[in-house]
Amino acid sequence: MTPSVDTTWTGRSFPSVAREMLANSQLRRNVRNATNLIQSKRERVVREMSDWEQLREAGAALRAHALEHLDYYLTEFEEACIRSGGRVHWAVDSAEAQRIVLRLLREKDALEVIKIKSMTSEEIDLNSTLDGAGISAIETDLAELIIQLGEDRPSHIVVPALHKNRQQIRELFARKMNLPDLSDAPEELAAAARRYLREKFLSVPVAICGANFLIAENGAACIVESEGNGRMCLTLPRTLIAIAGIDKIIPRFQDLEVMLQTLPRSATGERMNPYNSLWTGVHQGDGPEEFHIVLLDNGRSRILADIEARPTLQCIRCAACVNACPVYHQTGGHAYDSVYSGPIGAILTPQLAEMEEGRSLPFASTLCGACYEVCPVKINIPEVLIHLRSRIVQGDVGTLGGAFGVWNLGMQAARLAFEFTVLFTSGQKLARVGQEVLVSKDGFIGWLPSIGAGWTKTRDLPSIPAQTFREWWVERLKARGRV
Amino acid sequence: MNETQSSRITILSAISHSLGERKQSPNAGWQSLPRNYRRVGVLTHDQRLQLLEERLTEYGAGVHHCVQAEIALSVARILHLRGKQILAIPVGLSAAYIPLGFDFVEGDLISFAALEKLEGAISNASLAIAETGTILLQTLPGQGPRKLSLIPDYILAIVRTCDVVESVPEAFDRILNTATLPTTFISGPSATADIEMTRIQGVHGPRSLDVLLTE
Repeated sequence: MTPSVDTTWTGRSFPSVAREMLANSQLRRNVRNATNLIQSKRERVVREMSDWEQLREAGAALRAHALEHLDYYLTEFEEACIRSGGRVHWAVDSAEAQRIVLRLLREKDALEVIKIKSMTSEEIDLNSTLDGAGISAIETDLAELIIQLGEDRPSHIVVPALHKNRQQIRELFARKMNLPDLSDAPEELAAAARRYLREKFLSVPVAICGANFLIAENGAACIVESEGNGRMCLTLPRTLIAIAGIDKIIPRFQDLEVMLQTLPRSATGERMNPYNSLWTGVHQGDGPEEFHIVLLDNGRSRILADIEARPTLQCIRCAACVNACPVYHQTGGHAYDSVYSGPIGAILTPQLAEMEEGRSLPFASTLCGACYEVCPVKINIPEVLIHLRSRIVQGDVGTLGGAFGVWNLGMQAARLAFEFTVLFTSGQKLARVGQEVLVSKDGFIGWLPSIGAGWTKTRDLPSIPAQTFREWWVERLKARGRV
Repeated sequence: MNETQSSRITILSAISHSLGERKQSPNAGWQSLPRNYRRVGVLTHDQRLQLLEERLTEYGAGVHHCVQAEIALSVARILHLRGKQILAIPVGLSAAYIPLGFDFVEGDLISFAALEKLEGAISNASLAIAETGTILLQTLPGQGPRKLSLIPDYILAIVRTCDVVESVPEAFDRILNTATLPTTFISGPSATADIEMTRIQGVHGPRSLDVLLTE
């Protein structure tokens, strides 16, 4: 059951892509402005909630509980959804999800589909599949439209075109929509998108969406959005196809009262986003005549087995961790080379890929803990990062190259040194002598060979002092005649 | 067995294998989940209305008040202010809410293209949430199918003040029995913040919203 679509885009490591991104000062400015703004808005609407911590507590507990009984709740959801006229499909991996969607679209002779922004659709790279089958997928979310028209990639879970500023968007729209006189006022850009998509909404007979939540108890799906493009896609076409990860389940309708308080505040810094839609299967006289839902595993059932990493699946994709991350602030989302960026991407991407891809991502963090502090479902991301780092290292040690690699030998040596005082102190003495050729006049080391270069490439290392603290302490005691 | 059926079994057994034995039943586990957040409001009737009004105003929605007997009169005044003449109404909207001098079209069964030509829609609401400035619409008589509050560029929602609750959990208590109806939470006019995180009013949904609160 290996993922049939690469979880990463190019397979390059974080440091290598990040270096390119850091050189793009326009991108960094756009990312910094946007994340700072979302963060301050979030801060304001979170602070006014006297029960924020209790809401986080409840959200974390109910998401963990849903995962603990995921098999039960998925079956309950399936039954309720079918009872109300929906049809449920199961996809082990991306390839199967693509096949199911393609088969449904062919049954409808669809040549065009309108789409609501969906990370799951990005995860299975659905648009390329549709394109290959001669079906044109029309992204209707403003940011997704910007990405699609610009043949770009999303750089943020909630605001995919966060790396673009208004001038760049104007240039793109003017070119692709043939509107040479368009100004860069956000109002005018949004109005251009409205006109561009209006006729599609009223005429295209099939829509594809994701889901923010699936409610096991009554088989309902919930979509949280702002623009109304979601409502258009959910309401007007005759056929609606939703693709959702199996982790999207919450047990009961009432549980939504927690998530609908924490998600909008965490995601966009709003008390409530403009539109939330809830529907169950098919409703006579209102909305699509056919509703299909594709439940996607794609590695999730395996993540559940690792008890320390399992909380990864509690995620509700609000991106508060992304906005809070000092590393993301500097590099933006593309450096993560994956659909899921930022701290959550750093733990989710490699796990979805069975630790075969995105292996540099768990190391792309300072472990500062800002992500954990803002997470509305209390995923302890730093803990999971450390756990995944250790899984990667353990996995490496299992290979011959890893066992005799510099890292492992170094760590083994360090373990011995920390176990035996004699080795530790003689190691210190050895290093003091050995460093001489490396220490510059100011007392710092600016260059280290081999793996040490990982540190000195971007920072200086203070040299080992002539006397260690222990040596000084013993000397001090001697001087006072205590030894 | 077709592909999706065998995948269903593959996925469900992979999950139960990953999860192993569970200590509690789903029901017992759910009952003992912590819910120490505010589930009951503390504001008085007037404070609640004031908060709702503040929130709606912040979203750029219009807020109006009237007594039950004067609804039609207020509706006429609001429509004049907005310069609206031809509007959609849902089947089941009380005749007492509908003023003379305008063109109203029952919108439940008309085409999208016909709805697109109208200047707005009038609807009852199941309830409103003060803390978040939210109006809740459901597919019920007097509110109609979702397309009514979506395609025309303007909505006038009529909310009884006894249906205004303080918080989100109180709203959920009220709609537990109608939870499977198509339900839309509307918090202000359609908006986006996708361009430089600037909230811009009016993308694909109705670009303006009025709320009439009736005692």
